[in-house]
Amino acid sequence: MAPENTKREDTCPGKKKTLDVQSLDAKALDLAAVREEIASTSGPEYWRSLEELAGSDEFREMMHREFPKGASEWLDSFSRRGFLQTMGASLALAGMTACTRQPLEQIVPYVRQPEDMIPGRPQFYASATTLGGYASPVLVESHMGRPTKIEGNPDHPASLGASDIFAQASLLNMYDPDRSQTPVYLGETRSWKNFVDQIRTRMAGQRAVEGEGFRLLTGPISSPTLANQIQALLKMYPKAKWHQYSPLHRDNVLAGSMLAFGQAVETQYRLEAADVILSLDADFLSPSFPGSARYTHDYAARRNPDAAMNRLYVVESVPSPTGVKAEHRLSLRASEVEGFARSLAASLGLGGNAADSHFLRAVADDFKAHAGSCVVIAGEQQSPEVHALAHAINAHLGNVGKTVVYTETVLANPVDQTASLRDLTQDLREKKVDVLVILDANPVYDAPADLNFADVVLNSGAGLRLHYGLHQNETAELCQWHVNAAHSLEAWSDGRTYDGSVCIIQPLIAPLYDGKSAHELVAALMGQSTLTGHDILRSYWQGQAKSADFETWWRKTVHDGFVAGTAHPAKAVTPKAGLPPLKAAAAADASTIEVSFRGDPAIYDGSFANNGWMQELPKPMSKMTWDNPGWIGPAYAARTGLKSEDMVTLEIAGRSVQVPVWIQAGHPDNAITVFLGYGRRRVGRVGNGAGFNLYAVRSSDAPWRTTAKITPLAQTYKLASTQGYQTIETATITRPVIREGSLAEYKKKPNFAQEMEDTPERNVTLYPNVDYSDPNYNKLGYAWGMTVDLGACVGCNACMIACHSENNIPVVGKPQVVVGRHMHWIRVDAYYQGDRDNPSASFQPVPCMQCENAPCELVCPVGATVHSSEGLNDMVYNRCIGTRYCSNNCPYKVRRFNFLLFQDWETPQFKMMRNPDVSIRSRGVMEKCTYCVQRITVARIDSEREERAIRDGEIQTACQQACPSNAIVFGNVNDPQSKVSKLKAQARNYSMLAELNTRPRTTYLAEVRNPNSQLESAEHAGVDSAVEQG
Amino acid sequence: MSTDPTIALAEEDREIPVLEPGHDMASVTAKISDIVLERPLSIAWVAGVMFCSGIVLMLGTAVTYLFFKGTGIWGINIPVGWGFAIVNFVWWIGIGHAGTLISAILHLLRQSWRNSINRFAEAMTLFAVMCAGLFPLIHTGRPWLAYWMFPIPNTMSYWPQFRSPLLWDVFAVSTYGTISLVFWYTGLIPDLATLRDRASNKYIRLIYGALAMGWRGEARHWERYESAYLLLAGLSTPLVLSVHTVVSFDFAISIMPGWHTTVFPPYFVAGAIYSGFAMVLILVIPVRAVYNLRDMITEKHLDIAAKVMLATGLIVAYGYILEIYMAWYAGPKSIDWFTVHNRFFGPYAGPYWMLWVCNIITPQVLWIKSIRRSPVLLFLISLVVLGGMWLERFVIIILSLHRDFVPSSWGMYYPTKWDWMTYIGTLGLFTTMIFLFCRVLPMISIFEIRMLLPESHVKHAAESHAPAAQLEGKHL
Amino acid sequence: MSAPLNGLLAEFESASDLVAAAKTTHRSGYNDIEAYSPFPVHGLGEAIGFTKNRVPLVVLICGILGACTGYGLQYWVSAITYPINVGGRPLNSWPSFVIITFELTVLFAGISATVGMLVLNDLPRPHHPVFNVPQFERASQDRFFLCVFAADPKFNASETRRFLEGLKPISIADVPDE
Repeated sequence: MAPENTKREDTCPGKKKTLDVQSLDAKALDLAAVREEIASTSGPEYWRSLEELAGSDEFREMMHREFPKGASEWLDSFSRRGFLQTMGASLALAGMTACTRQPLEQIVPYVRQPEDMIPGRPQFYASATTLGGYASPVLVESHMGRPTKIEGNPDHPASLGASDIFAQASLLNMYDPDRSQTPVYLGETRSWKNFVDQIRTRMAGQRAVEGEGFRLLTGPISSPTLANQIQALLKMYPKAKWHQYSPLHRDNVLAGSMLAFGQAVETQYRLEAADVILSLDADFLSPSFPGSARYTHDYAARRNPDAAMNRLYVVESVPSPTGVKAEHRLSLRASEVEGFARSLAASLGLGGNAADSHFLRAVADDFKAHAGSCVVIAGEQQSPEVHALAHAINAHLGNVGKTVVYTETVLANPVDQTASLRDLTQDLREKKVDVLVILDANPVYDAPADLNFADVVLNSGAGLRLHYGLHQNETAELCQWHVNAAHSLEAWSDGRTYDGSVCIIQPLIAPLYDGKSAHELVAALMGQSTLTGHDILRSYWQGQAKSADFETWWRKTVHDGFVAGTAHPAKAVTPKAGLPPLKAAAAADASTIEVSFRGDPAIYDGSFANNGWMQELPKPMSKMTWDNPGWIGPAYAARTGLKSEDMVTLEIAGRSVQVPVWIQAGHPDNAITVFLGYGRRRVGRVGNGAGFNLYAVRSSDAPWRTTAKITPLAQTYKLASTQGYQTIETATITRPVIREGSLAEYKKKPNFAQEMEDTPERNVTLYPNVDYSDPNYNKLGYAWGMTVDLGACVGCNACMIACHSENNIPVVGKPQVVVGRHMHWIRVDAYYQGDRDNPSASFQPVPCMQCENAPCELVCPVGATVHSSEGLNDMVYNRCIGTRYCSNNCPYKVRRFNFLLFQDWETPQFKMMRNPDVSIRSRGVMEKCTYCVQRITVARIDSEREERAIRDGEIQTACQQACPSNAIVFGNVNDPQSKVSKLKAQARNYSMLAELNTRPRTTYLAEVRNPNSQLESAEHAGVDSAVEQG
Repeated sequence: MSTDPTIALAEEDREIPVLEPGHDMASVTAKISDIVLERPLSIAWVAGVMFCSGIVLMLGTAVTYLFFKGTGIWGINIPVGWGFAIVNFVWWIGIGHAGTLISAILHLLRQSWRNSINRFAEAMTLFAVMCAGLFPLIHTGRPWLAYWMFPIPNTMSYWPQFRSPLLWDVFAVSTYGTISLVFWYTGLIPDLATLRDRASNKYIRLIYGALAMGWRGEARHWERYESAYLLLAGLSTPLVLSVHTVVSFDFAISIMPGWHTTVFPPYFVAGAIYSGFAMVLILVIPVRAVYNLRDMITEKHLDIAAKVMLATGLIVAYGYILEIYMAWYAGPKSIDWFTVHNRFFGPYAGPYWMLWVCNIITPQVLWIKSIRRSPVLLFLISLVVLGGMWLERFVIIILSLHRDFVPSSWGMYYPTKWDWMTYIGTLGLFTTMIFLFCRVLPMISIFEIRMLLPESHVKHAAESHAPAAQLEGKHL
Repeated sequence: MSAPLNGLLAEFESASDLVAAAKTTHRSGYNDIEAYSPFPVHGLGEAIGFTKNRVPLVVLICGILGACTGYGLQYWVSAITYPINVGGRPLNSWPSFVIITFELTVLFAGISATVGMLVLNDLPRPHHPVFNVPQFERASQDRFFLCVFAADPKFNASETRRFLEGLKPISIADVPDE
């Protein structure tokens, strides 16, 4: 924080200050006094000192709220956990008053959805969340008007009931006590009305000059309504400009389609129809990839060895879940992927010359054999050329219309965002801008470093800089005005999913802090400050709706959560003939260190930085929490002697940043991958100061990859990985834990998995077995069980966040994770095997196994964990005295202990957020997965009331519900017809650690891979990569 | 396990008597009771007590903070749910074995030499059990509810779970504590009477009088007393063997690799006696010097104790080797083999190798008679053994837990300052109690020493003159 | 000032003398007598005609009682009043109940041994007339005493004193009643 300050200080000399001061509508300040003061002081950075000097009460109050007592202490080790415990009461209370001002009833949308609210019974509302402009359809669970859980919308093709971590976690963003709570002018709390008045005069001035000096900066927008509003806005201010920027932009995708088709199109994939998939650095199974929920579903649907299996080849520069799921993976540096793509195109007869390799030949042959049923997917970070090549290949093999579909773009107005931001900076530099409105973007933090956005903005002399967003973040700090945004759970809006269909976003609760929606803000800019978001949305759709009876149409649409028939139709486009020209220096030479930038798998571009769930979510590959170390390959580490947790200086084009490194199996040599989104300065207690800010070395001309210089530092930095280093080289021990085989193996011996370990005879026992089908013992006759399909699981972590949210699991903070006290009830283990430079890996979600012979129960001295007649391994929190013996004796280590008071008992926001059906655990108590017993109970009560049995599939555990690949199936194992029973009957079904005779109710379906016989001959693609690089 | 020294005793070592000549009834009585009644307070003693109770204060601090914050202040985590607390518990309980063993088993085996050290050993046992008992209580997540482990009728009509080894522990340890106390007190009654009768100060006389409960040494009293004492010895013998067996069940009953072994009970008991005798030596050697009791606690006692250590040490070694053998037998793919491998070459290899050095290699010097009889060397060796036995428990608990079946959940355990403060605190508590004991109660059983005197034998009953033989007569 | 006599207390040098004296005294018809020694002296019991020692019986009974309590408690709790499936084990998992049964057996028996001994010895008893004799304090140290109580039918202050003198004690003292 210090350097920025000083920098800003000397960039605003006294004279300019006064200038600015006059330009400000600063009635509240005694300007004369201020000038004197300024003259007499070389005080801190000026715009804040203004009100310091004026000494307004609001300011003091604001300061107090900004830095609650002992705020500094958040940074110290224990308190990073402590933040969740002792939330700044002042903040919290402010939040509460916001709610009490508006009674909840007003906003639970009874008006259009009259349902009888039964206290204790949740209601579900269809809505949507957005990420990078793309919407994902969701259902929101609401308890007495409080949204408590987000789930996928089963009726929508883009979700099919699944949801991803970002959608799930956005709930916590809404309840984040660190959110901005009022409009702020120069740090002073102001009212929305006051803002409107000021803006009016300001905009009137712009109207006069046709918006000459008016600039609007937004993130990517897919909302038809908002886009429409902005168009109107631009009509009103013809000379104004609309810029868009988000750090994780898809510029290359856009450029690629321009290159190939000369127009912007959206590329959609139909993976259910693809027998062979090739990913060119595309991590399409990870939640940040638009449409991943659907893609994951379609991909996983083809992983059943009894049906026709697909085959996945991945050529990638950064190890990803998609990569390790692949049958064959080729690890290349980012710059070498294009070479591979060209070679492939060549060997498929698209011209050019092919650098031949074993891997390449295999892929090419496979493609030829599956023309029309194969697909190439190019990654967002890959060059436009690679995208163009992918389009060409897909077209060449006749995949278009079968496995690939082109449509209108989802984003309302796709532009090259880097260029767009560059233009804006240019205008700012040239002092062309008088009014700058930043809508839900944070360029001061995440703009490319070479644009110096912070300085530019400060010196732009823009008379009105307005920031609109959820937090008073780095950008708000440099704007006179900040308007607190309403979260998407608090406001009306809409947005398009990856397939173009429009979702309606409806509010589940009154804005906690009286925030405004983007629609309302834009309306205000147009002088229509009285319009509510609801009016705006409604009136827009009134214009769009085809139906005669708008009311019923509208009700149905809002009820369903999406506008029927708005999915973009396929669009016939033909790629230009010939391959894209080879750019000079496509491939950097092998000796230089290549650095790749990626969005963080958990906190995205930084917008989830203050989200405890996300911070503590182990990232799929490294199981890292709370930090963003740079990834280096084992080969590079071996050569340089670098170890995980060593600090290095990363120098790129004269800018440098210090980061710790992490040795990531499968990472290419001579390359480092760094993740964006960390090192935030002004976001809240959770995010502030966590990790390292890599935007500081990212430049606008090379946003995704460039070359860098690495100099080791003589210091280390403690990282908090939940799985430590032992994920690799444990083959012998992991064998009984995780089991996989090839399709051939499976065909030869379907039960290969079961034979990897000898299961004890069921009746060889001193004690009689408990009979769970005996009606005298188990009255209702249910016996709950679960299967997890390792073949389907892609390690996306959706289950973990879903569980976190459903079961009120506390966040413990980095230091506690470091000592091994994270609280995840379900974890996704990653096991690497084979060559460290190009390993295969498997993901294994591990909830409580609900063993019939539970070792944990046997050793509990107070009977705090006992068995239910339905076979659940129940945890009686109130009885637990915390001997931790159960955890010691749990071979699966799924039990979690409240070593300290991890749970937050104070913060009102969190009280509102929690699931009332699940009790809050206190200090000294053991907890663990319960198969979502609260959901089972609800279903049981319902079925008994309706005098019927619980239907198969009626109960979905939170993890099962979120899972996009349907890897998790839950049900009654006493019923041979239930889905779960059928799966357990399969040959590849096995129990983890069966030899211990714990008889788990949770069993696994062994992973079966479908390797290409050409490549199967044990040689590893990694060896080939040498050839490729030629 | 104590038979070896017995046999050893039979032929060897006649030259050093259990009680040096030149004593008569009056002199032994005076010598022992004067330490309590006459001897003035020495600066050293006061300083010692103050220092040790200072450490007890530290223990208090550690425990208070623990109750205030939660067990999270310790180094424990998932997977290592048990740390120092249980290590120390097992260690202390083990030390607590020597006392009852000496007074009960050796009593049954008619080892007259035990008369001069049983009182001391029993006291040590009580204090050790006291320290041990502290840990299971404070190590729970919610110590204020620890009473739920006892079958107390309650409004929740909720009961303990009797299949849990932890509950067996609760009963075993509390029974052991109680019986040891009873046994100890029974042995004290006649001596308390002696103190009562010798005390010059009216109040002291009153206190000891009350404790002696009007003991008069009537023939009838003695008859009943003797049979009661014999029965207690008979009951304590299986008890003392059972206690550590039960403690070992805490591990053996579980399914963790490194814990789930049938060899645990015997080798835990052996280990317990091993460390118990080490502690006896560590206490007795300085005490006999300070209070000039070399004539009553002779080299012979040291010699025998050393032999017991040697014998039990070998049993422990057998236990270690058997574990390795079983793992080898299970095969290189077995989790057991991995566990053994992890002990030798894993991140905690250091402590494990140290364990071999302390417990198995060092004590082998005890084969040499001259070392067995050199107090200084014995003292040092005993220290090493005690450290070794502590390491053994550390290895069993931490090394087994930190890497078990599921590699994704492996972890490391690092004790925090609070772990250390609690451990050292109990050492302070223990020594404080010993200091006090030395000054308020007869360290050596006076009436049993009297029975070692030649004149204590009824003349006309003409049997052999070996004191041992005489005593047999008395005890039958 | 001669308080009513409670008995006569003869003091001896050694255990052997005491045993001998006790035998003769008992043989010559004195029944209400008692011998005192600073340590258990073999044969002294019979010498004064003490035969029935009930301590073992008490311990046996209490031991059995403890065993029943032990298993009974566990069975009642686990199988009757709070029957619940724990780790798939049957309600009456007898092998698991052995330990606590054993512990309670030892506990009951052990305590009964000491308590029984004290009660049968009718201790605690703070005061006893023999304590009135000054030299008796050595009874717990290095001297041996034989007391003939006045309650004995054959007792006669002068007769008995003469009889005792015949046993060559170091001293003979009156045991005053108060």
